Amino acid sequence: MIRLRLDHQRPARPRALMASALLAMLAASAHPAAAQGTPTAAAAAAIVHQGNARGAPPCISCHGPKLEGLAAMVSPRIAGQSAAYVVAQLDAFAGGTRRNAIMLPVATALSPAERQALGTYLSTLSPVAAPASDSAPPPAAVLRSGERLATRGRWAAGVPACDQCHGPGGVGVGAAFPPLAGQSSAYLAAQLDAYRQGTRPPGPLGLMSTLVSRMSDADIAAVSAYYQRQPPAAATGGRP
Amino acid sequence: MKFSTSVGLAVAGVLVGAGAAYVALRPAAPAAPPPAAAAAVAAPASPAAFVPPLDSLIPNDEFGQEVRRGQQIFTQTGLYAKQYTGNTLACANCHIDAGRLAHSAPLWGAYVSYPAYRSKNKRVNTFQERMQGCFRFSMNGRAPPLGDPVLVALESYAYWLSTGAPVNVALAGRGYPKVPKPAMAPDYARGQGVFTQHCAVCHGPDGQGQRAAGAQVFPPLWGPESFNWGAGMGDVANAAGFIKANMPLGLGGTLSDQDAWDVATFMDGHERPQDPRFAGTVEKTRALYHEGPTSLYGTTVNGVLLGAHAVPPGGSTRGAGSPPR
Repeated sequence: MIRLRLDHQRPARPRALMASALLAMLAASAHPAAAQGTPTAAAAAAIVHQGNARGAPPCISCHGPKLEGLAAMVSPRIAGQSAAYVVAQLDAFAGGTRRNAIMLPVATALSPAERQALGTYLSTLSPVAAPASDSAPPPAAVLRSGERLATRGRWAAGVPACDQCHGPGGVGVGAAFPPLAGQSSAYLAAQLDAYRQGTRPPGPLGLMSTLVSRMSDADIAAVSAYYQRQPPAAATGGRP
Repeated sequence: MKFSTSVGLAVAGVLVGAGAAYVALRPAAPAAPPPAAAAAVAAPASPAAFVPPLDSLIPNDEFGQEVRRGQQIFTQTGLYAKQYTGNTLACANCHIDAGRLAHSAPLWGAYVSYPAYRSKNKRVNTFQERMQGCFRFSMNGRAPPLGDPVLVALESYAYWLSTGAPVNVALAGRGYPKVPKPAMAPDYARGQGVFTQHCAVCHGPDGQGQRAAGAQVFPPLWGPESFNWGAGMGDVANAAGFIKANMPLGLGGTLSDQDAWDVATFMDGHERPQDPRFAGTVEKTRALYHEGPTSLYGTTVNGVLLGAHAVPPGGSTRGAGSPPR
């Protein structure tokens, strides 16, 4: 079962290599001290699918079998995410600045080296869009309003277009501007609310907490519904 | 060659120098009296900036199609006016909200100000001639011929955005604000600190911007893919005005005057494509077009004589430059 999942995530990897990687991972989990070294991609894959010996559960249990995110759990797609962004979020969960009851113990159970290895590994995976979280599509007017905010902003209220920082269609830009495309609307709306409540760090230059203060609940719902319907793209370095 | 003589230094000039003393973005305050050179009468006392019509009001007819085409060129210049564009910038990089935003050189502020005499080329320029300058300098490309479909579309968009605006009036919010000279002389090293703290997250530690999905998301601020030495943004005073009012994006008005001047000095203290009016030597070109303390062209910054190592102007329109990637 595990082998099949690994093959799915990393189709280019020869089976023999996978097998030896699995062995290495089993060894690592049998000897927790080994995980304190420099975990490999295989070790990161093991955490994704099995968790670690210090109690971190498998990532797939909440983020879905393809790490596509599960709307029902309000968990984001993490496949194809920028490595630096993942590490920053895990650090923020562990440090308590991004307040999340589920991720606090998970991140705490991951060593800094494991967080780094996970970030690197996740950035190599192909992103898969989360299934729609809203059972019935929102009214066309809501999607149009979301599209307008996403692509043009509302400058009269000081709100830039989301795409101006998160890239065309919200594909994500570099480490500071995560992808919005293909994330569940439930997750996106929860994050915007978290910025508003101050339960997640305000983002670079405090941008997100400032901008969300200029948005209404209806804006948040509309823009979240819009981005859920945009196709995700593979992580890019964001450099020229 | 008509275009090389008809378009002067793209610096602020009429577009920007209208003298709207810097005021908070919201609410807009009345503009200060314009200098005589602006050839426009003072705006009637009105506390509110002009509000252009909503996109949803673009008519569904032949004219409306032209307006939409102009808006596309304005926001995705490299895609829709590729033949005249030599870098990876777009008009909307420096004219925020697709040319609508006050204090970001809005199109409605410019459109009603032409034809106008420009001291830079010592003659009266039409609005199309003014836009030729944008392509030649800011876009590091080449000027579309007068009447070219690209200019007609852009003019249509600017005209439509100006619906209801009075003609030949220096509207509040036109151009970029004039930021008072700061207490300390603008400084490159201090500007580098401002850049690292406030700008690098988007424009990158090397100022070359960031791309995603085949598009330039954050523009390069210097180097071969940025505006050339003839562009208005290469003037430190002009850049300080844009930065103070509009940067960081979404946080306009938060930098101090000192920070704005310092970081503008840092940005404009880097090499960029050569001034298309290059007169044989950097010294001569500076004497002709870059006199005064607000252009660093022809001065030595960090041991580099700016302009001496500039790549030729024209970028990808020369067929030799780096094409938009």
